[in-house]
Amino acid sequence: MPRLVSHPDEVKIVSRRFGQGAANIDRYIELGGYQAVKKCLAQGPEWVIDEMKASNLRGRGGAGFPTGLKWSFVPKQSAKPKYVLVNGDESEPCTCKDHLIFLHDPHSVIEGTIIAGLAIGAKMGFIYLRGEYRYLLEIMEKAVADAYAKGFLGKDIFGSGNEFEIITQTGAGAYEVGEESALMESLEGKRGVPRIKPPFPAVVGLYGGPTVINNAETIATVPHVITMGAAAFSAVGSPRNGGTRLFGISGHVEKPGVYELPMGYNLKKIVYEVAGGVWKGRGLKAVIPGGSSTPCLLPDEIDIGMDFDQVGKAGSMLGSAGVCVIDDQTCIVEFAQRTIAFYQHESCGWCIPCREGTDWIKKTITRLHAGFGEAKDIDNIKYIGENMLGRTFCPLGDAAAMPTLAFVKKFRKEFEDHLNGKPCPFAKHA
Amino acid sequence: MNTETISIFTPATAARFDALVLKYPVKRSALIPMMLYAQDEIGYLSDAAILEIAQRIGITELDVRSVASYYSMLRFKPAGRYNVQVCTNICCMLRGGYDILDRFKEELHIGTKETTADGMFSLEEVECIGACSWAPAIQVNYDFHDELKPELVSGILDAYRGKASSKGGR
Repeated sequence: MPRLVSHPDEVKIVSRRFGQGAANIDRYIELGGYQAVKKCLAQGPEWVIDEMKASNLRGRGGAGFPTGLKWSFVPKQSAKPKYVLVNGDESEPCTCKDHLIFLHDPHSVIEGTIIAGLAIGAKMGFIYLRGEYRYLLEIMEKAVADAYAKGFLGKDIFGSGNEFEIITQTGAGAYEVGEESALMESLEGKRGVPRIKPPFPAVVGLYGGPTVINNAETIATVPHVITMGAAAFSAVGSPRNGGTRLFGISGHVEKPGVYELPMGYNLKKIVYEVAGGVWKGRGLKAVIPGGSSTPCLLPDEIDIGMDFDQVGKAGSMLGSAGVCVIDDQTCIVEFAQRTIAFYQHESCGWCIPCREGTDWIKKTITRLHAGFGEAKDIDNIKYIGENMLGRTFCPLGDAAAMPTLAFVKKFRKEFEDHLNGKPCPFAKHA
Repeated sequence: MNTETISIFTPATAARFDALVLKYPVKRSALIPMMLYAQDEIGYLSDAAILEIAQRIGITELDVRSVASYYSMLRFKPAGRYNVQVCTNICCMLRGGYDILDRFKEELHIGTKETTADGMFSLEEVECIGACSWAPAIQVNYDFHDELKPELVSGILDAYRGKASSKGGR
């Protein structure tokens, strides 16, 4: 069982039921669960969408798109059935927040899915979990069955006359399936290859019907927005960034773990106070602020607020809010190699800049780290990365290129130190 | 086909598959879970399993293979009874994931993508398994083991050996 952590600065909204036995439906109700959906049934879809817009809740998967706005794009009338799709494929390295939501608060995901369904006029929702999360899928399946037994799901939910079904689904190992259109392909029983956009999922999505696809953390946040009220929720965060985030802190810190902090919380404080500082009394080399695809920040760049806008301004991204801390005894070339090796492994191969680009960068950095690099390799890595940016079907190409370019730009000397047959100056796998 | 009479799966799994093809608006959505559950039961996607899945969903065997080959958890060859998957992605690497992998290699006397002679364990180096804040982490089949140290490796293996001898089952 993953260890839960806490810190006095935490504002527990999404995680408030963690460790309270809320996977049990009666306990969830006792802790205030399923009240938000009843409120939404009474108020109606337009009120729900207005609340979501006013809350400034932005997508927790990484892109940070305003949730209420996304929901409002779904056409009111549709010849084809509409769907809600919950993305629990959580596969971005540094990210393990949804893991805890499924484990400790599965009903919040169900309740959020029903609310999203009411808002867009869908009668069916899907909760897709990555294949590795089998034990969490079983927890979700039990929670869904319990919700059906109570009449919270089915033909007449909460006696309101509304119909809503939830189907759980498992993946089978593929990072790319976390991309929304690839996820829909996978759910249709196909290879997880992304679709071209437009049309966007809100118009043509799952089985060709209008589809809202949200990250599991976003969906689990929805009932809390309704319960607290949009204004109170928005007030917790920073401007245009409502609420909190589950920050998954990993790497070289004394106290790694998933901490729930207000949007806009200072990154330097996250590293040095919340997570207890760099481990073993070592110095800080870099911080990955939002999952492995986000450009690293140097120690003098981390005095920033952790919200979508401020991290963007600092040249990186808040992404999945997976904060990975790297100490000063780590070889950045090796770290860059392991990062690109992941993206090379996960590239679906559909489009050439990503398939070839990830492969050539991996080969070049691997050779460079082994001490067989040539001076031109460093510029070549940069050249390949720059030519991947914005030229791929889906964001995986950018996800591979962005961190690589940042490593080369910010740690060029470390790359150069590996040239001319010199051995890696750092201990192996420091 | 009359799956009730000629299914290669246990009655429980066959019944589960009967329900799966009716669960979704489109039958083919059952494909990926069906492949995973088939593999859970027989250890890999055998030719016979692929044939039965294709017939149950109403697609070609080639379609099944094409989709299966995309997903890293699905395999066409048997693994060990307990498949040890060691994450070495960045967060696990930073906290000693490769040391954990090396210790498993030493204890099991096998490399990655290999299986012990008794068929008990196989070893894989895998990408991020979603346990980054509790690194280094591994999975044995579907069980997570978090915050590992090399000295815990032999105890984990012994626990699975004990489980195998007491249960006799998978």
